[in-house]
Amino acid sequence: MTRKLHRWPGLFAAILLIILSISGAALSVFPALDRVSAPAVAQDQTVAALAVMAQRAHPGVEQIKRAPSGKITVWWFEGDTPGSAVFDPMTGQDVGSADPSPVEQWLVSFHRSLFLDDTGRITMGIAAAAMLVLTISGSLLVARRVGGWRNWFAKQRGPKAGRLHTVIARLSMPFLVLTSLTAIWMVASTFELLPTDEASPIFPAQVSSEVGFALADVPTFQTTPVTDLRSLTFPMTGDPTDVYTLSTAHGVGFIDQGNGAMLAWAVPGPWTKVWEWIYLLHTGQGAALWGLILGLVVLSVPFLAVTGTLSWMNGRKGRPRLQGMVSAGRAETVVLVGTEGGSTWGFAATLAKELQAAGQSVHVAPLSGFAPLKYTAARQIIVMAATWGDGAAPTSARGALDLLASATPTVPLAVLGFGDRSFPAFCAFAHDFENAARENGWQILLPMDEVDRQSPQDFARWGRDLGTALSVPLALNHQPTAPRALPLTLISRREYGEAVQAPAAILRFALPKVRLWHRITGRGFGRFQAGDLLGIVPEGSSIPRYYSLASCSANGFIEIVMRKHQGGLCSGQLIGLEVGQTAQGFLRPNPDFRPDSKQTPLILIGAGTGVGPLAGFIRTQGARRPVHLWFGARHPDTDMFFDEELTAWSDTGQLTGLRTAFSRSGERHYVQDVLRQDATALQNLIADGAKVMVCGGRDMAQGVRDALSDVLAPLGLSAAALKSQGRYVEDVY
Amino acid sequence: MKKMSILAALALSTAMTIPAIAQAKTVNLTTTLTSYGGQGAYLAIYVTDPSGAYAGSLWMAGGKSKYYKHLTDWTRFTGGNAGEVSGITGASVGSGRSLELSMDLSDALFDAGYTLHIDASVEDMRDSPNEVAIPLTTAGAGTATKGRRYVSSFQYDF
Repeated sequence: MTRKLHRWPGLFAAILLIILSISGAALSVFPALDRVSAPAVAQDQTVAALAVMAQRAHPGVEQIKRAPSGKITVWWFEGDTPGSAVFDPMTGQDVGSADPSPVEQWLVSFHRSLFLDDTGRITMGIAAAAMLVLTISGSLLVARRVGGWRNWFAKQRGPKAGRLHTVIARLSMPFLVLTSLTAIWMVASTFELLPTDEASPIFPAQVSSEVGFALADVPTFQTTPVTDLRSLTFPMTGDPTDVYTLSTAHGVGFIDQGNGAMLAWAVPGPWTKVWEWIYLLHTGQGAALWGLILGLVVLSVPFLAVTGTLSWMNGRKGRPRLQGMVSAGRAETVVLVGTEGGSTWGFAATLAKELQAAGQSVHVAPLSGFAPLKYTAARQIIVMAATWGDGAAPTSARGALDLLASATPTVPLAVLGFGDRSFPAFCAFAHDFENAARENGWQILLPMDEVDRQSPQDFARWGRDLGTALSVPLALNHQPTAPRALPLTLISRREYGEAVQAPAAILRFALPKVRLWHRITGRGFGRFQAGDLLGIVPEGSSIPRYYSLASCSANGFIEIVMRKHQGGLCSGQLIGLEVGQTAQGFLRPNPDFRPDSKQTPLILIGAGTGVGPLAGFIRTQGARRPVHLWFGARHPDTDMFFDEELTAWSDTGQLTGLRTAFSRSGERHYVQDVLRQDATALQNLIADGAKVMVCGGRDMAQGVRDALSDVLAPLGLSAAALKSQGRYVEDVY
Repeated sequence: MKKMSILAALALSTAMTIPAIAQAKTVNLTTTLTSYGGQGAYLAIYVTDPSGAYAGSLWMAGGKSKYYKHLTDWTRFTGGNAGEVSGITGASVGSGRSLELSMDLSDALFDAGYTLHIDASVEDMRDSPNEVAIPLTTAGAGTATKGRRYVSSFQYDF
């Protein structure tokens, strides 16, 4: 419902809101220009002094007005000819034309009525109301997406258009609420839907009928400072029954021209006071700086309209057509998708195509239509579900839990969750679905797995597990956004592992020429950190392989550690790459696997080629905090990567502690075994607030988790507990 | 009594539905504005009697009664009562544009010391009460008068 309240007013009002915001932003400049060009006012100058000055300059003076900007305008008659000018109250000189700027006039008419008079005013009023609905519904959506108002400023991830939309919207939200509310108020006031209580003194029935009382001696003029003045209207020449009309910040009154007496005085009511504030807040007249800020912020509206429309279109086109899809009743595999933005459809399509290639018949449908009894030919049901907000069902999975609760278990079920690990409710809906299925007695085909931020690696890993469970080979390559690979030239290579029949190498590539745009935006190879991923696209395949970077952009080169896999296409090509030859590569940021900016110790644990990014961290962090490395390799003579550097870093103190474990030499043990031996040291480091970073294979990572949990048990801690504090991160392959 | 009858006549003129009754004639009022360059002008067209007292309104150009207070003379005469112009209200008149009105006015208004007034007001610009003040005479028909600030010419024709 909230989503609809956001989508439809947004799409319909987009053009009007773009017009409103751009014209409004342009108008916001005028109060500032007025403010800058307004002549200075002496703080203690009185209306009496100003009026005398104006009358000296223009004997036929009719009216003096002071704008909220401080600009003073004088109107007069010279004979029959009317005149007007901006007036300097210090010098008593005319300083400019009082004629309104035609550009401003044009913009005002356009902004409030599109030159369509009342029809236009109503249209623009509705547009302002649409903006209010959009800001409120949008805020609710943001709060729900990030899991509550507390996390309002949580980091945004996901498809670019939607992410930018949210990032910009939550900054401009309070301003947009204010400007749309004040706009609605002003339209309502124009159409006289609000009570009026302006100061309107009753014109006196009796006046002295004399003329000629000296302006300078009128008591009210003597006591009113110019800064309070709104306008002073002089009596019509030759009409003794006419009076001075004085309007100030406090009220409006009539003053006798024969004796200077105040004949009537009225003060505005609360509605008028509110109106004046509303007018100031909306137009910036009288608050020029505020006006400029508001004008700048509303420029976010065109941006929001475009990104909002784009992300709506992305969501729509996200659902792909699957060639050769069979009906629900005839499919061997039924793939059900729960998605919010539509990105999960792409993963489902990739899975479906691979299953079809393996000879299976497949049906893909939204999870909201979960109806196991219809799947009469099915041998398995695969659920691929994202999560909405702090654990709710995404749009295409609405009501699925209720349907599951009332369904009788049929064929085995597999669940794959999609989400963003940086949010508290990571894959919560998928977990709920799988738990409910287990409780209701469904057979589970393979344990639930998770895909973090559309990670192709996570998806491919799950695909291998699913393939094993189904006894079909499944190579799932889904690239949500195919990055453009650049040729990278190898500048040096160091070889390892030949002796143990496991060739490996540290490869160093030259940094490609970075375009200025990428340098500014930090995209491409413009900016990267150790631990980010280098995607290499091997010849003869479009599927990239990922390697953790052992260098950052400041080092001026791209370095990876890789090992040749049996029959591996990419690793085979890389291991044979000669200096001067090139490989096609691109960068993929890996922001979850980075050291924090604290001064507390860093515990780095890696095995094999997993030491690559850790070496990068020692390079960048070693000088500013204690860094301890636990390194597992096969043999000190064959695959002790970075051996020279590690020795040098230990000597200079850049590396505080180094412990090694060799599986094919000496004690023949693994890194997790050494961790257990070093329990006391680890406990002390953790007590000092150390952060743990682990890089290596899956089995190694599991072993390290178990070992550390055992080591930390006396402290009442575990790997999971540290993880929840953000002090335990893994890069596992 | 006399005033009452004039008010009645003015009321008749406001209806503009009766084509031509006895002692009344169709009068065309043409008001042309200068190119003052601002937003649409509000104009109040009204009549005062030989003693200078308010006799009645003929037309109000401008639909939003909240702005009538800027027609200051008219407001002083009527207390700003929008009821005075109910049914005889039209759109405001743009810079450089003309307003043409046709109405039946009682013969008793002419050559009897009555004065036709126009108050004008433009947003963010100078209010101009008594922009036009001309006596209603048979001889004056067809003669253009210049206003003080916003009206470049005003005339009435039979």
